[in-house]
Amino acid sequence: MRPVRSLHAASAIAVAAALAAITGCTEKSDAQDGDHVINVTATDDKCQVSKKEFPAGHVELAVENKGSKVTEVYVLFPDDRVVTERENIGPGTKQRVTAEVKAGDYQIACKPGMKGDGIRQAVKATGGKAVQRDPRLDKAVAAYRAYVQAQADETLPKAEAFAKAVQDGDLEAAKKAYAPSRIGWERTEPVAESFGDIDPKVDVREDGLEDGQDPATDWTGWHRLEKALWQDKKIGTREKDLAGLLIKDLKDWQNRVGKAEITPTSMANGAKELLDEVATGKVTGEEERYSHTDLVDFKANVEGAQKSYDLLKPVAKENDAALVTELDEQFAALDKLLDQYRPTPTSYDFTSYDKVGKADRKELSDAVNALAEPLSKLAAAVVK
Amino acid sequence: MTDTNSPSPSRRSLLGWGGAGLALGAAAAGGAVAMARTEDDTAPAAAGSAIAFHGPHQAGIATPVQDRLHFAAFDVTTDDREVFVQLLKDWTEAARRMTAGHPVGEGAYGGLAEAPPDDTGEALGLKPSRLTLTIGFGPSLFEKFDLADRRPEALVDLPKFAGDNLDKNRSGGDLCIQACADDPQVAVHAVRNLARIGFGKVVIKWSQLGFGKTSSTTPEAQTPRNLMGFKDGTRNIAGTETDRLEKFVWVDGKDGPSWMEGGSYLVARRIRMHIETWDRTSLQEQEDIFGRDKGEGAPVGKAKERDEPFLKAMKPDAHVRLAHPDSNHGATILRRGYSFTDGTDGLGRLDAGLFFLAFQRDVRKGFIPIQRSLATDALNEYIQHVGSALFAVPPGVRDKDDWWGRTLFSKEA
Repeated sequence: MRPVRSLHAASAIAVAAALAAITGCTEKSDAQDGDHVINVTATDDKCQVSKKEFPAGHVELAVENKGSKVTEVYVLFPDDRVVTERENIGPGTKQRVTAEVKAGDYQIACKPGMKGDGIRQAVKATGGKAVQRDPRLDKAVAAYRAYVQAQADETLPKAEAFAKAVQDGDLEAAKKAYAPSRIGWERTEPVAESFGDIDPKVDVREDGLEDGQDPATDWTGWHRLEKALWQDKKIGTREKDLAGLLIKDLKDWQNRVGKAEITPTSMANGAKELLDEVATGKVTGEEERYSHTDLVDFKANVEGAQKSYDLLKPVAKENDAALVTELDEQFAALDKLLDQYRPTPTSYDFTSYDKVGKADRKELSDAVNALAEPLSKLAAAVVK
Repeated sequence: MTDTNSPSPSRRSLLGWGGAGLALGAAAAGGAVAMARTEDDTAPAAAGSAIAFHGPHQAGIATPVQDRLHFAAFDVTTDDREVFVQLLKDWTEAARRMTAGHPVGEGAYGGLAEAPPDDTGEALGLKPSRLTLTIGFGPSLFEKFDLADRRPEALVDLPKFAGDNLDKNRSGGDLCIQACADDPQVAVHAVRNLARIGFGKVVIKWSQLGFGKTSSTTPEAQTPRNLMGFKDGTRNIAGTETDRLEKFVWVDGKDGPSWMEGGSYLVARRIRMHIETWDRTSLQEQEDIFGRDKGEGAPVGKAKERDEPFLKAMKPDAHVRLAHPDSNHGATILRRGYSFTDGTDGLGRLDAGLFFLAFQRDVRKGFIPIQRSLATDALNEYIQHVGSALFAVPPGVRDKDDWWGRTLFSKEA
């Protein structure tokens, strides 16, 4: 889970939507003249473009601000959604803005003084060179979708075993079934979180409740049961009800997760987000503060990140071979480190986190940082 | 702050400086680039301006002391020499940019929307603030990368001194970065971005913020006061005293090893002050302990701060008397320390003191004899050394093709 609930729901989806069809980016490389270069001369009262029709695909705006005011240049869809933009273009300076556009009508807008609707020019992208995603990326998305569904499918029986132990009032059996019931969820958490409404029901911590929510009545899900099992050491009617509710909510997840919006970018950023989860929740021991099963979640987060990465690797390798070498190395180093905390390389019976000392926690944290920093560059290597 | 009529250039207006190459890079990185220059860009290091990064010695030693400090010690985690050398090169480039007031890499915004920006952005719009970045190599680095035979003799393991209560989590380190600037955010930005570039190769072992300088390397400036309210280190080596710098600070070719020529040795000590008990001490005792008066900072029996002290007039355990070169066979160091306050200690007391930084040509003729002499210092009742580190500070980066540590890591040196 994430401590700040209001932020997470939009992240994966928003990125996914922004990248579904169009990639806007800026480049500093020198221009090669050609069909795809449009010269835009911006002044205080004009927005001149060197051509009004150009082939669809990669386009590059060579912007020169000849006016006296700082300006902005936008490429807009007919409904004013932004394809790409560049702000803060100072008087006398030149900027380059690039975008991938499908065939269709667009507007180029210059905004002297960076205010108002701007001075518009209608332009048209023509021809068949529409943006096409690398088929390998489509394959990666399909494979990841299958993975996400499989994780949900495999989680349900484990969660049901956990719920049954709770409903039987069997404290020890419930404790034993707790961590395994969370592995599939933790592996694919960013996708689950993209729905917004499921995560607060099943994976919220007491401190993650919103203002006005009463822990006695509004706190549900795994961590509520974790507290009952480890801290309060008793199972009552409320806990039995909550176990049933957990299964209901997880079934909702299982039914919906296959329809989540997934893109290569959301996969890459999802991998990074899983490492963020580790860095902020697991390394500190906050996530599983009663059960101390943090290393199980930790491992599952890393496995989920590795899955996304492995699927994106063929494309990433072409665009940034050095990054892939670095990521391979850092994933291996973190895996090796985690293996020190379990009896065999296939066991999920990890050392209780309250037994992991400060120096060892720092070592784990350093290894997470070493992986997460290059992982934050994966999305760029995929869309390049 | 220096009094100057010329407007200090902002980081942004500075983007136009430094030659076409830099200007182009900045233009690509920063989006809007105001090319305006300040009226007077030949003025000496005014507050807010940039300090030259290139030179025979690293900046941040003889440089007039800036107001703020962020100091970080790192341990190396990679065992690949090439990877580490590449990091030193990447760091050098980032330091070159940041000290000139530029963001690192391709900037803090305007790049690929799907990627995190190269620069973290909190220094945008701030002046270069006389930022200096100084690197040092600790003894433990020489146990790595087959460097054992290149370890300078002068890079000793510091002996245990009387009263030391060192925390290993605040001591040592394979290398260090000293970031000094007049704006604390500029110093913190620099260390943060270097640490970020270093992930996977180095890890931060400990770090220290200093909020106020306690030393001056500018003879005409007043010696700043430490948290005990006293001026200390009045006779510090000035950045303009070439002869004393040569004699006491810069490593000479004949000192060896050759890769250290033009470098120096840096001692860092985190000195906790028991300021609550100090504050309850009578004025007379405070002045006796230092051997100076509190108001002017004049040595016992003298009128002015910089009057030559008459050591025998002071109590035998007075701080100035014991630390003075005359009591230590002429041992002299360049002090560059900062006051720190790291919150409270859980017992209702400020966790505050002096982060002592001193540069010297040979620590065996500088800090070590002085600190031994201070074993009987009356001040020891009010202070405790809780962190310690020693670093070999390599010579300066000569030009745009040079990099931090080249003389150590290149075969020909």
